[in-house]
Amino acid sequence: MVWGCQDTHKTETARDTNSENEHMKDSLRVFDFEGLKPFLNRRDDTVYVVNFWATWCAPCVKELPAFEKLRENYKSEKVEVLLVSLDFPRQYETKLKPFIKEQQLQSEILVLNDVDANSWIPQISPNWSGAIPATLIYNKDKRMFYEQTFTYNELQTELNKFLKK
Amino acid sequence: MKTLKTTFVLLAVMSFFAFTIQTEDAGYKVGDMATDFSLENIDGSMVSLKDYKDAKGFIVIFTCNTCPYAVAYEDRIIALDKKYAQKGYPVIAIMPNNTTVKPDDNMEAMKARAKAKGFTFPYLLDKGQKIYPQYGATKTPHVYILQKTSDGNQVKYIGAIDDNYQDAEAVNQKYVEDAVDALLAGKAIKETQTRAIGCSIKV
Repeated sequence: MVWGCQDTHKTETARDTNSENEHMKDSLRVFDFEGLKPFLNRRDDTVYVVNFWATWCAPCVKELPAFEKLRENYKSEKVEVLLVSLDFPRQYETKLKPFIKEQQLQSEILVLNDVDANSWIPQISPNWSGAIPATLIYNKDKRMFYEQTFTYNELQTELNKFLKK
Repeated sequence: MKTLKTTFVLLAVMSFFAFTIQTEDAGYKVGDMATDFSLENIDGSMVSLKDYKDAKGFIVIFTCNTCPYAVAYEDRIIALDKKYAQKGYPVIAIMPNNTTVKPDDNMEAMKARAKAKGFTFPYLLDKGQKIYPQYGATKTPHVYILQKTSDGNQVKYIGAIDDNYQDAEAVNQKYVEDAVDALLAGKAIKETQTRAIGCSIKV
């Protein structure tokens, strides 16, 4: 399941036993598409907001605060924000980790490392050309995919379509 | 007055749908005829597809200086041009980003990058961003293979260069090479559309 990053996984497990949050944050959770799939297909009562981004993608970085704010403001509801990084493996240590630390990102961060994008992009959405930023919002009944940038208000509007008030 | 209101509402609804349809259908599908253009090259000349009298077709690539995916493919784009220009399918690179948003993609930066990498093909600026929306390019790099026909330049392939952006040595499927080889051999292209991650075109 965890691919191309077994060392990280081992490290993570080792650090888990320390059960210190600081250490948890030091390791990345890297997956190939098969490994990521379960995160995109959960069938519980939560609404999942999944954003595909990378540190080198300027419009992605610009909209990250909107996702963080959404996470914060909907804490009490069944809403989960997942940030799926598409950073290059050679930049995990030099760029991605320092970025997560500097920005103090609170949302759950997963890393997708799977070069055969032609096979997995259509599985995430048949409408996705492959450009990032891109966002998937889903619950067990419905899925919406957005190949666009979001402001906080736009994001909230879309999320509200999933929340039964 | 009431008629006026109704007309207005109707117009609003119509324009909404017109917009929706346009967004969804934006750009070429395989089989469509691609528009020609006249865009400024890094050497100051204006380049059009019609200038290429002897070409059998074109490998049109929307690419830029600043996207890491585009950069990862630079050497492979040069290799494509070296291999296929002489066979009648030259690479035509077009930089689609708004250079106010991405100053590192402006003409001066394009010239510098082309010189540093030794681009063997035209590197054109889509000034005013009029061309990429007609093609339907959404990201860099984004490839359109065109074949010259008596009716114009027909789109034969849309998508990625190959299936491994990280490592040219580990590529399993060379989508663009396979497509051009098929065109040259007069055979059907196996995969006419593929997808890859890329940087959204900056507007």
